[in-house]
Amino acid sequence: MEQTAPLTIAPQSALRSQNRLRQTRRRLANAGMWIGASLATIIALVPLLMILYYVTAQGLPALNADFFTKLPKPVGETGGGMAHAIVGSFILIGLASLIGLPLGVLGGIYLAEFGNNRFGWTVRFAADVLNGIPSIVIGIFVYAVAVRPVHHFSAMSGGLALGIMMIPTIMRTTEELVRLVPMSLREAALALGATRWRAVLKIVLGAAKGGVITGILLAIARIAGETAPLLFTAFGNRFFSVKLNEPMSSLPREIYTFAISPYEDWHQKAWGGSLVLVLIILVLSLVARYFTRGRYKAVR
Amino acid sequence: MVAEPATSKTPERSTTPERSSLIKSGGLFGNNVGDSIFYWGTMLFAASVLVVCLLIFLQLWKGALPSMHRFGIRFLYTRTWDPVQEVFGALPFIYGTLVSSLLALLIAVPIGLGTAVFLSELAPPWLRTPVSFLVELLAAVPSVVYGLWGIFVLVPALRPVEIWLGDRFGTIGGHDVVLFQGAPYGIGMLAGGLILAIMILPFITAVSREVIRAVPPSQREAAYGLGATHWEALKGPILRYARTGIMGAIILGLARALGETMAVTMVIGNSPNMSWSLFDQGYTLASVLANEFAEATSDLYVSALIQLALILFGTTIVVNAIARLLIWSMVRNTQQGIVRE
Repeated sequence: MEQTAPLTIAPQSALRSQNRLRQTRRRLANAGMWIGASLATIIALVPLLMILYYVTAQGLPALNADFFTKLPKPVGETGGGMAHAIVGSFILIGLASLIGLPLGVLGGIYLAEFGNNRFGWTVRFAADVLNGIPSIVIGIFVYAVAVRPVHHFSAMSGGLALGIMMIPTIMRTTEELVRLVPMSLREAALALGATRWRAVLKIVLGAAKGGVITGILLAIARIAGETAPLLFTAFGNRFFSVKLNEPMSSLPREIYTFAISPYEDWHQKAWGGSLVLVLIILVLSLVARYFTRGRYKAVR
Repeated sequence: MVAEPATSKTPERSTTPERSSLIKSGGLFGNNVGDSIFYWGTMLFAASVLVVCLLIFLQLWKGALPSMHRFGIRFLYTRTWDPVQEVFGALPFIYGTLVSSLLALLIAVPIGLGTAVFLSELAPPWLRTPVSFLVELLAAVPSVVYGLWGIFVLVPALRPVEIWLGDRFGTIGGHDVVLFQGAPYGIGMLAGGLILAIMILPFITAVSREVIRAVPPSQREAAYGLGATHWEALKGPILRYARTGIMGAIILGLARALGETMAVTMVIGNSPNMSWSLFDQGYTLASVLANEFAEATSDLYVSALIQLALILFGTTIVVNAIARLLIWSMVRNTQQGIVRE
């Protein structure tokens, strides 16, 4: 840019100071961006650190043996625990996986192996749409198809709602990871006389296993904290229940009821429950990362 | 350079010729029953997402019919919500949803974009991974935990801020500023917008970071080779490539904010007001569903609520579709090395 300056017209010194001014301005703009971007990053991290701090500081004192083994005490008494909600959460996640796993994994295999056509693209789009539907709307949908006809809330309907939410996540990660498996593996299997389904299920899926597990774990981590779809499906239960056609409590739902209650002791319990929930999700995400760590490095 | 996998959510669209020819050899499993079952079986499973999407729409439409017949288009712009008299209008909820989401965008977009730029362009590699992980963790924290934190930490902290805002900016030059009028309870639109901003921040950051990383390195190298500063490289070639994708990231954040339920329900106050004040309490589509659906007694009441769900469903689908198309088109163009002007 500098050489275009008309050297013959302006005296040297004026030009030089003009250049210096421009350099300073450029440097200032650049420094401004550095400061702005760094500041934004710090601001973005503040709420996270605050939430982690409060959940730990407030939740830790609430955790004791009772918390994991007892039921909540009646209003007015302190003590008790959330055993029913913790067990309920695990049962609901299990039920959801029964729906989400087969649909997600096999659907993802279809997309990766045969999905380069109009139908495949429609399915991909639908999966993204389903992923974006607010969870409360899915709760209302499941209420309409699985609760209203039988006139009572049930753990099964809760599992259905969560299962529907798992499908798109698992489907898209499975697809992506199966696509990464080199074509030569498929060809080798087919050349040895394997049928196509065996080649895909044994060889290709075997090679993509780690990534598929990551997708599943991330999907579970996502639904483990969902409250909204359970409000009108699994509902909630003050008592210990493992019956699938009756209302069942869950950790996030219990956190919600305890948080909006007026009792100090219940607030404590809500923090304790949050800590347990966040820890479960954190462990799931870390394990999920572990499974794909080497793979992503190899690809990039 | 171009082959770098772009957004994790976007597979390469290019058809792999080997794969399709492999399928075709042997006449698409004409001679193997097992393969035929496998093909149609997995197709059926893939179709499940389509079926679920359609079913959701049909069920909501069916459920909303009584309310649609009763109130017609008026439902969208009347503001009475009276379960006792059975008069229902959705305007306060639509208003609350839009205002809280836009407020969230207003806060989250500059911070999210700044973070994305920092993580993709400026940060040294050793800082990148841990900070990215932390930001992703923010996305993993459940909504109800945000709500709990909102009730017991954010709202009490907001009260003095609101008092200060009211004192300082409540009246400027003798005129009342409507934004900062009203009682500073802490609970209200401002708290709702803030908590939404925190929740959509990781989405905006993650998607725009991916999109910025998808810009071909040659563009950057050319800019730096000409002596550009970081800022000039970003402002010129990088943003020119990435702006469609960044728009997509922002709209994706908007979609998240529109449908977010629990955390907002816990801090926004849940009363069907329509006021310009940030301190006043509001109500969103999602939170009225969370609060009232289980208690709705009459059929018309339930139907009106389902119509709210239908509105929410329709809006988020349109917004999501726009976001996806923007991101897809940007990544595809970048992979082909084309920037559309």
